[in-house]
Amino acid sequence: MEWVFITIAVLAALGVYLSWTAGRLDRRHARLDASRAVLDAEFLRRSGSVLDLATAGLLDPATSVVLADAASRARTADDSDRYQAESDLTAVLVAALDDPDDLAPLREDPGAAAALDELAMSCRRAAHARRFHNELVRGATRLRRKALVRWLRLAGYAPMPETVELDDRVPHGLETAS
Amino acid sequence: MNVGIACPYSWDVPGGVQVHIRDFTEELTRRGHTVSVLAPGDDDDDLPPYVVTVGRPVSIPYNGSVARVAFGPRIAARVRRWLLDGEFDVVHVHEPASLSLGLITTWWAEVPVVATSHSAMRRSRAMSAAQGILKSAFEKFTAHIAVSEEARRTVVQHLGGDAVLIPNGLYVDRFAVPRRQEWFSPDGTLSFLGRLDEPRKGLQVLLAAWPAVHDAFPKARLLVAGRGEIDEIRRGIDPRHRDAVQFLGGVSDEDKAAMLASSDIYVAPHIGGESFGIVLAEAMAAGAPVLASELEAFRTVLDGGRLGSLVPVGDADALAAEAIALLGDPGRRQLYREAATTGVRRYDWSRVTDEILAVYEMAIAVGAGGAGRHTFRLPRL
Repeated sequence: MEWVFITIAVLAALGVYLSWTAGRLDRRHARLDASRAVLDAEFLRRSGSVLDLATAGLLDPATSVVLADAASRARTADDSDRYQAESDLTAVLVAALDDPDDLAPLREDPGAAAALDELAMSCRRAAHARRFHNELVRGATRLRRKALVRWLRLAGYAPMPETVELDDRVPHGLETAS
Repeated sequence: MNVGIACPYSWDVPGGVQVHIRDFTEELTRRGHTVSVLAPGDDDDDLPPYVVTVGRPVSIPYNGSVARVAFGPRIAARVRRWLLDGEFDVVHVHEPASLSLGLITTWWAEVPVVATSHSAMRRSRAMSAAQGILKSAFEKFTAHIAVSEEARRTVVQHLGGDAVLIPNGLYVDRFAVPRRQEWFSPDGTLSFLGRLDEPRKGLQVLLAAWPAVHDAFPKARLLVAGRGEIDEIRRGIDPRHRDAVQFLGGVSDEDKAAMLASSDIYVAPHIGGESFGIVLAEAMAAGAPVLASELEAFRTVLDGGRLGSLVPVGDADALAAEAIALLGDPGRRQLYREAATTGVRRYDWSRVTDEILAVYEMAIAVGAGGAGRHTFRLPRL
């Protein structure tokens, strides 16, 4: 008779643990969705700041055109190559705005200094958002890899989360002399 | 925004983390946010109105040294009370690895938790044993900030997870004070700031370099600010060069700014132990050209030598040679001064606060990482 109670107790404990883990997984996935939305918003903000700078008539025409082109490509890319387009935008930003000494004369105009500061902040925000998102992804992945979670398919049909890998360096000229 | 900040160290003990929290709180309050700071200590301490205390910390051996830590059931209860009463939108814990209020706060918080790591730590056995517990607490952070690359490396290597870099802040304009005539010297004024008997601050390196500098520029003078055994150190200087060294003892914030503003070279001969180097940024804000040893933290603040001069760590001869070169080259000092005046704006609280508030916004949008007290906890399998 005893073993019946023991079995019931063990099963009940297992049930509670499983439901708790499933709840944890569910919350993780909800946070991942939210942080993905934050990430997308921050990268939109960055390309918006680039467009503002490029269309303000502060930079030379060639730089303006290159920046505006890369920024609008990043804003209109499909899901499949969006991160590549964001990396390309970073490459263009670094090529144009990497040297603090080049930017020094531009900063004497208060309007230009404000536009550069705004862009610097957008670049930092986007880079921070990606780091935070990837940390959440790593945490969720660790949980999903646990044996019980895999065997019992506690995650349901939610796809395995992936880190977002792209180049979001802040150009040196924006980073130091803002 | 309603912000709760957990400070790991007693408010009445001077320290970089406390100053950072105080200045940041001031800027947040000025912008109309509500801030409550939780810190170890007693109620009878003379504290600003936004500080809430949880009781005296105790000294215990931890991680290879003695740490003053606030812990225990009574303190945990006070932390929970503070969290409940505060109704914070976001909670910001400082130095979470210090086993102090940060860890308890993280455990109980039901709102998003942002963490800031300040110091670089070397690994020790105690640290490794505590790692599992720390790691599971660290998973609750919605955002983790490090104030320097070294602090960030400590997080990545020893504690798990990644952190974004947001530097320490300072109020740049408060350092724009006039020079003091009494500290003027025809050949130039050098200055040093830091505890005199703390070898890592490197005063011994500077004093070893001083005779050569003084020989080359007999009308130069050296200002030394900081507490320590002044008489003993003074006796150790060659009598020919002794009178040109002026010891100021501990200085107020006003005197510190004035001393830096009166300096033709601010010398930072540190040989280690600096995670960020806020004092270099202060010198830059005051308009003092900086001559610093090539520690990683200093190299970063000086942008690899663009904003000031770097010399090998602990090398008195190189320090003397570079100080002599700088004293003889007002043009180069002026270049450093101009570049640094723009560069140091990066560390102004107006910018740094914008960046931290952006992190708060993101953390709130993503939501809290913990299960909170409504869910019971089971040990992990």
